[in-house]
Amino acid sequence: MTRELRVVGTSVPRDDAIGKVTGAARYTHDLVLPGMLHAALVTSPHAAARIVRVDTTEATRLPGVRAILAGADLDVRLGLYMQDKRILARDVVRYQGEPVVAVAADTLDLARDACRRIHVEYESTPAVFDPRDAMKSGAPLVHPDLGSYAHLDGVFFPRSRTNIAHHQKIRKGDFEAALTSAEVTLEARFDNPPVQHVPLETHAAIAQALPGDRVEMWTSSQSPYTVRHLMSVAFGLPHGAIRVHVPYVGGGFGGKAGLNLEPLVYVLSKAAGGRPVRFIATREQEFNTLPSRQGLYSTIEIGATRAGKIAALRATYVWDAGAYADYGVNVGRAAAYSGGGPYAIPNCWIDSFVVYTNKVFGTAYRGFGHLEVLWGVERAMDQMARKLGLDPAEFRRRNLLKPGDATITGETFTPGHGKPAECLDAVAKAIDWGTPSQQPTAPTKRRGKGIAMLHKAPAMPTSTSCSAIIKLDEDGAADILVSGVDYGQGTYTVLRQIAAEELRLPIDAVHINSDCDTAFTPYDWQTVASRFSYMGGHAVIHAAADCLRQIRAVAAQVFGVAVDKIVCENASAYPAGEPERAIPYKNLALGYTYPNGNAIGGPVIGHGRFIAHDLTHLDPDTGQGRPAQFWTYGAHGVEIEVDTETGEIEILRIATAIDAGKVLNAGLARGQVIGGVVQGIGSALWEGYRFDKNGRLLNPSFVDYKIPTAKDLPREMLPILLENPQPDGPYGARGIAEHPMISVPSAIGNALYDALGIEFTSLPLSPEHVVARLAEKGSKP
Amino acid sequence: MHDIELRVNGHVERASVPAGMTLLEFLRDRLALTGTKEGCGIGECGACTVLLDGKPVTACLVLAVEADGLDVHTIEGEATDGELSALQRAFVDAGAVQCGFCTPGMIMSARGLLLRNPHPSDEEIVEAIAGNLCRCTGYEAILAAVRVASRPSAAMLTGEVAKDGGRLRPPGSARKGSGR
Repeated sequence: MTRELRVVGTSVPRDDAIGKVTGAARYTHDLVLPGMLHAALVTSPHAAARIVRVDTTEATRLPGVRAILAGADLDVRLGLYMQDKRILARDVVRYQGEPVVAVAADTLDLARDACRRIHVEYESTPAVFDPRDAMKSGAPLVHPDLGSYAHLDGVFFPRSRTNIAHHQKIRKGDFEAALTSAEVTLEARFDNPPVQHVPLETHAAIAQALPGDRVEMWTSSQSPYTVRHLMSVAFGLPHGAIRVHVPYVGGGFGGKAGLNLEPLVYVLSKAAGGRPVRFIATREQEFNTLPSRQGLYSTIEIGATRAGKIAALRATYVWDAGAYADYGVNVGRAAAYSGGGPYAIPNCWIDSFVVYTNKVFGTAYRGFGHLEVLWGVERAMDQMARKLGLDPAEFRRRNLLKPGDATITGETFTPGHGKPAECLDAVAKAIDWGTPSQQPTAPTKRRGKGIAMLHKAPAMPTSTSCSAIIKLDEDGAADILVSGVDYGQGTYTVLRQIAAEELRLPIDAVHINSDCDTAFTPYDWQTVASRFSYMGGHAVIHAAADCLRQIRAVAAQVFGVAVDKIVCENASAYPAGEPERAIPYKNLALGYTYPNGNAIGGPVIGHGRFIAHDLTHLDPDTGQGRPAQFWTYGAHGVEIEVDTETGEIEILRIATAIDAGKVLNAGLARGQVIGGVVQGIGSALWEGYRFDKNGRLLNPSFVDYKIPTAKDLPREMLPILLENPQPDGPYGARGIAEHPMISVPSAIGNALYDALGIEFTSLPLSPEHVVARLAEKGSKP
Repeated sequence: MHDIELRVNGHVERASVPAGMTLLEFLRDRLALTGTKEGCGIGECGACTVLLDGKPVTACLVLAVEADGLDVHTIEGEATDGELSALQRAFVDAGAVQCGFCTPGMIMSARGLLLRNPHPSDEEIVEAIAGNLCRCTGYEAILAAVRVASRPSAAMLTGEVAKDGGRLRPPGSARKGSGR
């Protein structure tokens, strides 16, 4: 039975905005505990070196210095997928910026002063910076002991005595035969630099080691329960002895998933006799000590028929994991099973290598490897279309996944997956694809149009689960408790809408925890992968149903009718057809009291849960299996104007179509699309780490690393949200938060070719890059 | 140590501060006004924007002693008696807030603009917040919020015009000099 939706689908404003516009919202940066100490770090100036000696004598003598720790004091390995990282470098340093010594002191100034008085003697060792070099035999080994590291078995395959942390294979059909017999072939290479997430709130954590081997922590994290679990694994503490609070979080974008600073502040607190210790990363440390997005080198070969059907695709992806690959291995895995784009590819061969180098390490970043691989794939698709003499949109249309097709991991594409072709058509229409651009605004400027497809599924363990609790208040309102984190996406507002819908309550009568606390808010794996509205949405629906069961049971007894005859509507319960007899929820929330004083029932507390279903590990040799709970498809169409003198690219308009399945909150969905597109423009036009020949990061600040400002917006942004329902999604919804960022660079790169006739293969498409390529072209005969 | 006296959100504050203490540290660590955020510490992100005698400054680059004798307006002074200003209301209604960490600084830059130019053009709005980085929203909704707050007709719809109109002077500026 379908029911008219009252609240789901409307643009309810986020209620946490009040705290945020008044400055009342408290982030980890803002928290101060009684007796709290402040931590600072000594970081490595070398990309690769042996730690010969750490002399803390002078620093130890400073009054107010409460703890000094070095790697030699801490024999712990950390990691979610791959336990390859120390809290502080031990014996060797593997990247410039790596934490070597940590100090906790009464004030931050004092802690920093102490760090300056710590003398570390290093002996340089051979380093490797390019992952393609690092794969060669004889390359310096970043982790000589890789073979002994614990990792998620059966999912990741580190190669002992190499720099390869993981090799993900996708094998479908007979690639060699298909390419050999293909009528038209193409080979192209692409690359992406590492980039920074740039949450406005840098990473921060506070820990207090408590008597009896307990610990309480506050952290700017996307992952309260994963932090708790990995702390438990690292330190052998029972899960229940670890309490993790996550207050408001000032942006994450993947960089605050997994475990980051939490172990560091815990060991410092322990060493300081249990005083709470806070560490807040400086912006420079955010760039150069905490993780970035991995760089990537891609080689893509495509074979097609003259009629424009893709016969074969081979891709080799070499990821620049940096010094640690805990999360990077999973990026390399997910990007492989998405690594052919949203197309029907009968014969596919993908090798995705996650390779250690002596640079700052990589982690998840919004879109999780997809922006990177699709930079190559979607540029290559344009090149292939031109080779075939086909319009790039038409070439894609002929090859996009259709019901009955198999994905490259052997999953059958169904109507429930959504409609990628509708996304393509929508953006093509929005930018008047096929119609030439108007005259540029100056003779030195050129205009061009480009399109690109995108897709992504949540990258998560096959058994990922989450839960929700709903308590009814004395006034009949509902309190939702969850442990997914709303670090800006707006999911908490969506969950309130869902609870209001299901419980038949007005939206203002639904509250949600503003922070997470593993002592009280129920389990959720972590808040990543655009799966919180999908999984948390289901959990809230089930929790609401549980509440309604309890309400109906009591109301049925009061009215003397069967449970299934009780209707819940307008925050009240009544027998079917007799709304005038309604009992408001507030008279049922804690139990019902008869006029004579007798009472029945009790506090209404509902519990709901959800677990990923039908997912499989991928076959280690072929990559075949079902990795995706759902797929979200989309497309961008962009029109640009490029100045041939300055190399500056102006985006005249960008249309973005995402098949959301169901838009749960149009205002918040639009916010995700616009925000994602602008972040994608950053990756496309300006952002990228630059290193000197010794592996030192040259641009670890906003002076040298520019992200988009209000001045950099496209003239026009056109979000288009399609609603072809996901059969198992809440109300038909899919995740959409990461997707708008993916393939923005590809679409701009394609438009740039249209404007200039130059193939750009590297990001970013910065003015200097564009000017250099123009000069190169101009100097050719 | 230096003795300073300044007005913060209309309240007189007297303190003894080290010469190197920034206004940001003074606000956050001494006065517990943690609504003002630190995003970079070098004046490049705008998260710590406050109004100093009505003009937007990045508080991480101003020493506390430099604020001696001046009026400081922070995000905590933006609402009146628990009522959001029209500007704050517009940020909420326009969906201009995601993670919220840039929001206080963004609102202070916008407030500074509206103080000197109550009806700015779109270009002037962009210019005013171009020094405030936001990684979440893509700025579109923020620009819309400032536009709404600067149009009396729009503000009138929310019933906030009289209240906000009364606030369109540098907070504390009418009392300027009276605090010393």
